[in-house]
Amino acid sequence: MNYFPDEVIEHVFDFVTSQKDRNAVSLVCKSWYKIERLSRQSVFIGNCYAISPERVIGRFPGLKSLTLKGKPHFADFNLLPYDWGGWVYPWVEALAKSRVGLEELRLKRMVVSDDCLELLSRSFVNFKSLVLVSCEGFTTDGLAAIAANCRYLRELDLQEIEVDDNRGQWISCFPDSCTSLVSLNFSCLKGEINLTALERLVARSPNLKSLRLNRAVPLDTLQKLLMRAPQLVDLGIGSFVYDPSSEAYIKLKATLVKCKSIRSLSGFLEVVPCCLSAIHPVCQNLTSLNLSYAPGIHGNELIKLIRFCRKLERLWILDSIGDRGLGVVAFTCKELQELRVFPSGVDNAAVTEEGLVAISAGCPKLHSLLYFCQQMTNAALITVAKNNSNFTRFRLCILDREKPDPVTMQPLDEGFGAIVQSCKRLRRLSLSGLLTDQVFLYIGMYAEQLEMLSIAFAGNSDKGMLYVLNGCKKLRKLEIRDSPFGNTALLTDVGKYETMRSLWMSSCEVTLGGCQTLAKKMPRLNVEIINEDDQMEFSLDDRQKVGKMYLYRTLVGPRKDAPDFVWTL
Amino acid sequence: MEGCSKTGEQACPQLLDLMAKERREWRVMRDGEASSSEEKKLELRLGPPGGEDKRWSLKDSTNRERDAHHHQYLLSLGYFSSTNNSNNNGFSFLHHHSSRSLPVMAKESSQPCCTKVADLQSPAEKKAFLSSAPAKNTAVPNSSQKRTAPAPVVGWPPIRSFRKNLAGASASKLPASESPNDVPSKTVNEKPAHEPGRKNPFVKINMDGVPIGRKVDLNAYDSYEKLSAAVDELFRGLLAAQRDSSAGGIVNKQEEEKAITGVLDGSGEYTLVYEDNEGDRMLVGDVPWHMFVSTVKRLRLLKSSEVSALSREKFGNSRQDKILA
Repeated sequence: MNYFPDEVIEHVFDFVTSQKDRNAVSLVCKSWYKIERLSRQSVFIGNCYAISPERVIGRFPGLKSLTLKGKPHFADFNLLPYDWGGWVYPWVEALAKSRVGLEELRLKRMVVSDDCLELLSRSFVNFKSLVLVSCEGFTTDGLAAIAANCRYLRELDLQEIEVDDNRGQWISCFPDSCTSLVSLNFSCLKGEINLTALERLVARSPNLKSLRLNRAVPLDTLQKLLMRAPQLVDLGIGSFVYDPSSEAYIKLKATLVKCKSIRSLSGFLEVVPCCLSAIHPVCQNLTSLNLSYAPGIHGNELIKLIRFCRKLERLWILDSIGDRGLGVVAFTCKELQELRVFPSGVDNAAVTEEGLVAISAGCPKLHSLLYFCQQMTNAALITVAKNNSNFTRFRLCILDREKPDPVTMQPLDEGFGAIVQSCKRLRRLSLSGLLTDQVFLYIGMYAEQLEMLSIAFAGNSDKGMLYVLNGCKKLRKLEIRDSPFGNTALLTDVGKYETMRSLWMSSCEVTLGGCQTLAKKMPRLNVEIINEDDQMEFSLDDRQKVGKMYLYRTLVGPRKDAPDFVWTL
Repeated sequence: MEGCSKTGEQACPQLLDLMAKERREWRVMRDGEASSSEEKKLELRLGPPGGEDKRWSLKDSTNRERDAHHHQYLLSLGYFSSTNNSNNNGFSFLHHHSSRSLPVMAKESSQPCCTKVADLQSPAEKKAFLSSAPAKNTAVPNSSQKRTAPAPVVGWPPIRSFRKNLAGASASKLPASESPNDVPSKTVNEKPAHEPGRKNPFVKINMDGVPIGRKVDLNAYDSYEKLSAAVDELFRGLLAAQRDSSAGGIVNKQEEEKAITGVLDGSGEYTLVYEDNEGDRMLVGDVPWHMFVSTVKRLRLLKSSEVSALSREKFGNSRQDKILA
């Protein structure tokens, strides 16, 4: 039913960029499906085991950018054994064999080997961008291969990765001809770096907009780099260790004043002494500030800094800022959209419900929250819900497991209930504190847009989980730990799981028999039992409780790379 | 601040009053909704539908009473039942949200799961739910009590290991993962540097008989004693696991873990040695701490029986001679 030639339709599709929209477009008719698939350049695969690389390449031969996610979210908290899976090598291998002109690869929670990086660097002439978040398995040798072989590299971005750092020489592997760098982030590397090579690299990268250094880059090098790259928009300071009377420090202060383009600041992996007055001139233009890796900065210094940051839209900080500091944020940062408060590990420097209430009252544009706190009350949550119904992401983590409202000693059901009722656009929710089945009733009733829910140490019975499965029609990811949900909850609506990406349940009440029943009924799910303690090896008793279960929908059946301790039922 | 620092009893009515003020205006605009006072309560408390005004007066109810009635309401709303669809009397909650069909009810016919859910609505269930509700409000349910053990738990609080390793001395409050599946390059919590210490403070440490090594941050300690304690902490679990796996027995962590002591004076089962910047293997403890930190390249825990050949007298003096020269 096309009234236009294919080329016109393809041109129209160029304006359709979001994956969701393109997926919708491809369902209209066969001809649109074909046009869409041939013109799709950017593919997002939320679970690398849901589909095979060959099928992706077969459908989207024009693929240029691939985003892959591997391990489930709880792997971040050591709930998944080290070699559970998520290897990206088969993907790179398949892409290399095909004629795909890969330009960008973004990976999250995947295992990347040096061999894989080497293969990647040699297989794609136009490769431009590598972004690795929370990945593992490689060393700086792999980075050296990327540096040396990717002639048009624009972006190398490593976030929250523990890399085995062999030598600091990988940075010298960028050839002199490489002048295309736009973004370089090696802040998570722990080892030495060749400072001269780094300076020369920055000097020959006129397009460099984002530079995040690791703790091995001292202050005088930082100053030299800033002189070479005054156009920087995003800066991650590695080491901020200085002698206030030194020439290096004085020079740095002067240089920073000239860096008028900086909009995003992070790092401060080492700060001695604790004074950040040199940074104050940069603050007035900042839209993003991440001091969550900087335990060396005291609350008072943070507060002084925040007072200058009127344009801040994104703030990641440690709880050493305290409720008082959050009050200052609420007063100063009226443009704030995203706030993350991480625990610093210091008991008396934590935040409570007071800080959150202040923020909700003072920051009308706030919609994304991650908040680690000592305590929370229902009254506060109800107030927050009243102040702000814009939340799309609301993740609250009360550090004491199952802690009730300290004022009323009640569970926090009502507070979270108010949040889900008020925030109609809520897509992601993490719960904590003392919670009964009631909170899940509210979630099932009100959280219509909810896509991801994280539950820990909550609920009383299967009803809780059932409320959620029945009520949240858009649920994609559900992760549960240490909650009393069992087979009834698991098996009541087995069809639901094919509408979701994945379900994680650990230390719950589901049994081996329950999981087996589910696996039998639903062949298009992989139901994996992760069995580290060898508990189940000697007894295949159906009534035995399962320690960890991870299930996900898939089009390609049980994965062939599962290690011994993973059973796919 | 909304008075959340006051007691719950005081705070709640205040909040409810605020809501009441807003709702009053809203109420005027709606036609003839007799039960909008319930709605305003519902807005805040997700409370019951209309009819029982006196019972539901805002200022009188205690939390407990509210909750008990609350549960009652939810059941009588017929969230799961099919009969209440047409019953509009007093179900203003439904009215108010009429545009949003309660998910379960709307899709009832097509989803078999709903009938199962409705089954939960049996009278016996109702009573059980009700009777247990007050109990929930006053006492922590048994299952919760079981779970509120103070012992640290893997993966709690839920932050990435990467973050845990960054925190300063105070990071001892953040429970490091107990899982033996740590990525090999896991590092020990480090203090913020008070002075620029050695350039790369992390040194590898291996233990005889344990295949997986660890890394320690020497800047985090200021004495040999602290290093020794850290070594014990790092390897105690691994050593126990190693012993158990070779013995083929069932792991019982509490009983099997022995402290690793006496690593500095030769009195323990293991002795701590190091490799210095000249490639020589040295006994730990001879030189001043700062000197040690600046020359050490890697550490090793040897079985003391092997070390006996390298007596302290023989090594210590010659090392000191080198320094003094």
